[in-house]
Amino acid sequence: MTVILVFLSAAIVNNLVLAYFLGICPFLGVSKRLDTALNMGFATTFVMTLAAAITWLINNLILVPYDLPFLQNVTFIITIASLVQLVEMFIKKTSPPLYKSLGIFLPLIVTNCAILGLALFEALREYTFLEGLFFGVGGGFGFTLALVLMAGIREELEFAEVPESLKGAPMTLLVAGMLALAFMGFAGLLSV
Amino acid sequence: MASRSLYSEFTKGIWKENPVIILLLGMCPALAVSNSAVNGLAMGLASTFVVVSASSIVSIIRRLVPAQVRIPTYIVIIAGFVTLADLFLKAYFPAVAKSLGPYVPLIVVNCMIMGRAEFFASKHTLLPAIVDAFGTGIGFTWVLVVVGVVREILGSGSIFNVMLMSEDVFTPWVVMILPAGAFISLGLMIGIINYFKNLKAERAK
Repeated sequence: MTVILVFLSAAIVNNLVLAYFLGICPFLGVSKRLDTALNMGFATTFVMTLAAAITWLINNLILVPYDLPFLQNVTFIITIASLVQLVEMFIKKTSPPLYKSLGIFLPLIVTNCAILGLALFEALREYTFLEGLFFGVGGGFGFTLALVLMAGIREELEFAEVPESLKGAPMTLLVAGMLALAFMGFAGLLSV
Repeated sequence: MASRSLYSEFTKGIWKENPVIILLLGMCPALAVSNSAVNGLAMGLASTFVVVSASSIVSIIRRLVPAQVRIPTYIVIIAGFVTLADLFLKAYFPAVAKSLGPYVPLIVVNCMIMGRAEFFASKHTLLPAIVDAFGTGIGFTWVLVVVGVVREILGSGSIFNVMLMSEDVFTPWVVMILPAGAFISLGLMIGIINYFKNLKAERAK
């Protein structure tokens, strides 16, 4: 049961993008078109799930037993960077069509703070392995959801008359604010 | 001439190439911790420290690092300084460290810092690199403090934790210190700045 709670909490109630402000750069940068947003979301979810599992193992099997949690920052970021590199090579070799659609997004994911943030939150809240895994999937799902919603709205905005000075980034931020307001409605759903 | 260009390297980070409002880098911390003026200031100063130290090291070792592994090298350098800043805050300002939470370690992935290391420090000598990083840090800090002040006044009716108006005169707009308020206030702020920039450009015509 708690696993489902963790998933729902990460995906909807405490959405990484709209409640924790993680992964804002891709959220603002890659949300212009629906299909790219969807691909970016899938790529991120994939890496996030893997990263959640691997950083959990590193944290709980190496860092905590040897009393080294202050190295979390450095180890997590190196793990994520090399993980992304590995995933990229693996996909390139095994599935060229998938690589074609996800390829350009993978390097971008290294600097996506949502992944590192997820790993840090996972360590901070002392999840079990399974909870951590679901936290990763849920976080990725929430990220995809926010990205896709945003892309849908922005595609419609193309036809709207936005005041000159609000064009571009300011309007995107305002729309994100309204999305965040809407997501606040979920706040009463759970208390995790 | 040299001193003048140093001066312009410094000021460009504050206004013309401000990391947050112009380049839109480092948005995550700018949105996440600007719910009060103190948090914004602490985050700004911590990031300034990291960007200045990381840029100086990157500039010193720029000839030693092979181009292929430069990004991982920079990340490790940045992560090292972030850990320093994190431990320092935890030791001397536990209250601030607690309210900033995991956003201090997240300075590592602040693209503003990586951007300075990659685009400036790796190509320049020590002094310009420090000046450039310092200007960027100050530019980042002032935006965070301004957004923090606005959100704190509207959201809790106080400024730097000093109550301005009593609760019965002014009902705080709680939404301003919540995530939605962050997006809306930063969006409006960039919009207002754009408005004045457009106005100036039109006058110049």
